[in-house]
Amino acid sequence: MENLPKIYLYRRIVQAKLFIDSNYAESIDAGKIADEACYSKFHFIRTFKSIYGKTPHQYLTAVRIEKAKGLLETGTSVTETCFSVGFDSLGSFITLFKRRAGLTPSEYRQSKLQRKQQIIEKPLSFVPGCFAAQIIHSKNSNFREAK
Amino acid sequence: MITKLNHVSLFVLDQESAYDFYVNKLGFKVNTDAEMGDKGRWLTVNPPEQPDLELTLIPIDEKMMFDKESAEQMRRLVAAGTFGVGAFECDDMLATYEELKAKGVNFKKEPTQEFYGFSAVFQDDSGNWFSMSEKSKAK
Repeated sequence: MENLPKIYLYRRIVQAKLFIDSNYAESIDAGKIADEACYSKFHFIRTFKSIYGKTPHQYLTAVRIEKAKGLLETGTSVTETCFSVGFDSLGSFITLFKRRAGLTPSEYRQSKLQRKQQIIEKPLSFVPGCFAAQIIHSKNSNFREAK
Repeated sequence: MITKLNHVSLFVLDQESAYDFYVNKLGFKVNTDAEMGDKGRWLTVNPPEQPDLELTLIPIDEKMMFDKESAEQMRRLVAAGTFGVGAFECDDMLATYEELKAKGVNFKKEPTQEFYGFSAVFQDDSGNWFSMSEKSKAK
């Protein structure tokens, strides 16, 4: 790489992003991450935003909402999800979630669990036609879908 | 009139390992994960901002699409890095490159400024390769 200083700068910001990805459930302070990345807090937040389009705090919230979606999809309760991903208020979690996902956490959970059940009952309806035909008609297949 | 592309077949050596690569390394979302009994598992993923484009991770074996001979040939070709499958776009080239490299992704070409733009080439865990370019930023 020709521009070494730039790549080192990037590397530190990427490490901070990966730190958030792994520690989203903890209480994370942008100032502390900035210190670890050897940045002033202001410079760190500005550089992070120029790369990821979000401040570290906005990014942390986005990661928590995505992780919450993953937990809700597996059937975890809304309350347990809220605290597992690092939110400390159920009310603000529900409000934030609805703003980002367009559905409340319980509506989201319900819709994903329903889709999962449909996949179990009628898997072929989620497969494009030609592949579905191949699955049904291929030699030696004993695949049967629920009626 | 064809209006859009919604599924692309991506032939992989090992479906479970491909799941780990696309979901845990690239950060793609699982779209459909359906057990098909003796026909295997219909598994699709999509890039985070493209929920309606499903990449179907199809294992190269005799369950769904291949006979024994073509599966063997195809496995050899994929593992040898024969196929360039597509081109991805990222929001920041250097940050994405550093992150994927930190996660162990193999780059055939590091980010390079070409006459057509900033681009890099990486391989998935099977050997399929993709180019990656940077979305132009309005700063």
